Amino acid sequence: MSVTTRNGMRDRMFAAFALVATTLLCFAFGRALLTVNDERIVVALLVTLAAGIVLAERRVTRAPDSALVRGAVSTAPAAVLLAIVALILVFHANHFALLLICTLLIYVTVALGLHLQFGYAGVLNFAGAAFFGIGCYTAAVLTQLAWLPHPVVMVLGGVFAALIGLALLPPVLRTRGHYASVVTIAFGVLFTTFLEINETFGGAQGMHVAGLSLFGFDMTRNIRLSPGVTLSFYFGYAVVALLLAVGAFALVTRIERSWIGLTLDAVRLDETRSACFGIDLARWKIFAFCLGNFIIGVAGALFGMLMSFIAPPNFSFSASLMLVAIIILGGIGNRWGVLLGATLIVLVPERLQTIQEYRVLLFAALIVGLLLIRPNGLAPRRMRRYFGEGSA
Amino acid sequence: MDIAFVSQIVVSGLILAVIYALVAVGFTLFVGVFNVLNFSHGDVLMFGAFAGFTAFLPLAGLGVTSPFLQLVLVTIASVTCTIALGLIVARFFILPLKGAPLLNTLLITLMLATVIREGVRLFYPRGSNPKSFPALLPTDFVSIGAINVRVDTIMLIFAGLAIIVATGALIERTRFGLAIRAVAQDEETARCMGVNYRLVVLGAFALGSGLAACAAMINGLYYNEVNYSMGLMLAIIGFCSAIIGGLGNIAGAILGAFIFAGLQIVGSLFMPFSSAYSDVFAFAVILVLIALKPTGLIGERVSERV
Repeated sequence: MSVTTRNGMRDRMFAAFALVATTLLCFAFGRALLTVNDERIVVALLVTLAAGIVLAERRVTRAPDSALVRGAVSTAPAAVLLAIVALILVFHANHFALLLICTLLIYVTVALGLHLQFGYAGVLNFAGAAFFGIGCYTAAVLTQLAWLPHPVVMVLGGVFAALIGLALLPPVLRTRGHYASVVTIAFGVLFTTFLEINETFGGAQGMHVAGLSLFGFDMTRNIRLSPGVTLSFYFGYAVVALLLAVGAFALVTRIERSWIGLTLDAVRLDETRSACFGIDLARWKIFAFCLGNFIIGVAGALFGMLMSFIAPPNFSFSASLMLVAIIILGGIGNRWGVLLGATLIVLVPERLQTIQEYRVLLFAALIVGLLLIRPNGLAPRRMRRYFGEGSA
Repeated sequence: MDIAFVSQIVVSGLILAVIYALVAVGFTLFVGVFNVLNFSHGDVLMFGAFAGFTAFLPLAGLGVTSPFLQLVLVTIASVTCTIALGLIVARFFILPLKGAPLLNTLLITLMLATVIREGVRLFYPRGSNPKSFPALLPTDFVSIGAINVRVDTIMLIFAGLAIIVATGALIERTRFGLAIRAVAQDEETARCMGVNYRLVVLGAFALGSGLAACAAMINGLYYNEVNYSMGLMLAIIGFCSAIIGGLGNIAGAILGAFIFAGLQIVGSLFMPFSSAYSDVFAFAVILVLIALKPTGLIGERVSERV
C-alpha cells in the first residue's frame, strides 16, 4: 500500500469521524436549546457554545492543515444539515419547537441575502426588514388569488423586493459610504410610515396572510400519516424553510467560490482599483443588491404565510438593525457566522423569556462592545486560500 | 385657502425648519471634524428632551414658580445632560474607532442610538408613553392684520434663528471655530500647526450636542410633548438635510433643513389623498435629490468623490 493511499484512507476516516461527531454535537445542542425550560441551563448551553467556538477556532488557526481539521471543515455543511433534518424529524409533532426552527431558518435565509450585500459587495442595506416586509405583503395580497400556486407567490415576493430595490439604486449607486447608508435608512423608515397610513394594505392593523399549500397539501392542518403518527402543521413549513435556507446557502457558497465572488470582494475592498482593472462597479453592486433583496423577499413571503398575520411594527427600522446585527455578530463575510448570529438573535430570546423584553437593548449593547473589542465579529471570515486542498 | 390658514402653515414650517437646522448643523460638524456619521445624535437629543422634562417635575415643589426661571433651569439641565452624553459617546465610542472601517463607526453609532432609545423606553418610568412637556412661554396671540400667531411660536423661531447665527459666528470668527475648520480641512496639517486634535473633536461634539439640546427644547416647547421615539425621525431628517445641502458645510445644512421643512409643508397642503403622506412625499423627493446631486446642493469644496 503506497503512502498516498494510506494517507487518503486516514483522511477519510478522520472526515467520517468529524461528520458523525459534528452532527451529534449540533443535534444535541439544538435539541437541548429547543426543549430545556430552565433558563439557567440555557445560559449554561450558551457558555458551552462560546467555549466550543473559541476552542475550535484556536485549533483551526493553529493547525489548519491537520487531517481532523480538514475533515471537519469539509464535512461541516453536511453535518449541520443532517443535524437540522434530524431535529425536524424528532420534533415532528412539537408545534413550538418546529415554529422556532422555521423562524430560525427563515432568518438564516434573510441574513444570507444581507450577507451577499454587506459581506461580499460591500453595499450597505439598512432596510433589510423593509424588503422582508415587501415579501410578506406580496404574499398577503397574492394568496388572495386562489389560482396562483404558492411557490409562485414566494418567487414573486422575491421579485417584488428586488424590483422595489431597483428603484432605490440610482441614489445608492451615485453615493458612497455615508450617503448610501442614509438612503437605505430613509427608505426603511419611509416604508413603515407608508404601511401605517396606507388603507389598502390594512394600515396599522396589519393584514391576514393565507397559509401555505403545496401540491394539494394544506399546511394549516396537522397531517395524519398513519394512526400513530401525526405531523404538526408546522412540519411542512419547516421542510420548505430548510429547502430555502439550504438553497440560499448553496447559492452563496457557489458565488463565493466563483469568479463572481472574487469580483465582489474586489469591489468591496477597493473601488478605485477594481474600476482600474475593468470591473464594472455599478453592475456588480446592482447584482448583489438585487439578488440579496430577492432572497430576503422570498424568505419574507414564507414568513408571512407562516405567521398568517403581519403588521407594520414587524418591519420597523429596529427590526432592520437586528437583521444587520445577525451578520455582524456572526462575523461579516463569513457565511457560517450567519447561522451563529441567527441562533443568538432569533432563538435565544425565545428561550430566555427573562431577556425577551430587553433583547433589542441587549443585542445593541453587545454589538457596541463587540465593535470595540473584537471588530470583526465572533467568527470572522478567514483569508481566501488559493492553493492546497479545500481552498476557497 | 385664506391668508390666516396659509400663515399658520408657514409658521409651523418655520419651526420645523429651525429644529431640523439645529440637528443638521450638528451632523455636519461631526462629519467635518471626524468624518463620522453619528446616528446617535437623534437619540442624544431625545435624552436631552427627557432630561429637561425630568428637571421640570420637581421645580414647582421646590417653590420655583416663575415660568421664566423654570425655563432657564430646564434649559440648563437639558443642555448639560445632552452635552455630557454627547461627550461620553464621542470619548468612549467614537474616538477609539479612529481609522476603523466606515461601516464599524456607522454601526456603533446606530447601535448606540438603539441602546439610548431602548434604555429610555425600558428604564424611564412609563417611558414608552409620550410625556407632556410643560408650556413655559406665554401663549397669547398677537394679530398682524388677519394673521393670528402665538407669541411663543414667534419667540421660538427667533431664538432658534439666533442660535444658528451665533453658531455660524462661532465657527467663522473665533479661534475655536478656526480650529474646527482647520481639522475639517486637513487633520494632519492642523495637528502640525499645533491644534489639539482630541480637544477640537470633543469640542465639536459638545457644540453639536448643545445644539441638539436646543432643538429638543424648541421641539418640546412647541409641541408640548416628548416621547422616546422622537430621536430616530429627527436624526434621519437632520441627516437628509445635511446631505442635501452638502455634508461638512454649515450653510448647506441650514439650506437642506429649510428645503425638507418646505417639502413637508407642500406635501401636507397639496397631496391628493391626505396630509399623512407628507413625510413619505418629503422623503421620496429627498431620495430623488440625492440621486441627482450626490454631493449636495452646495458641493464640498474639496471633493474626493468621482
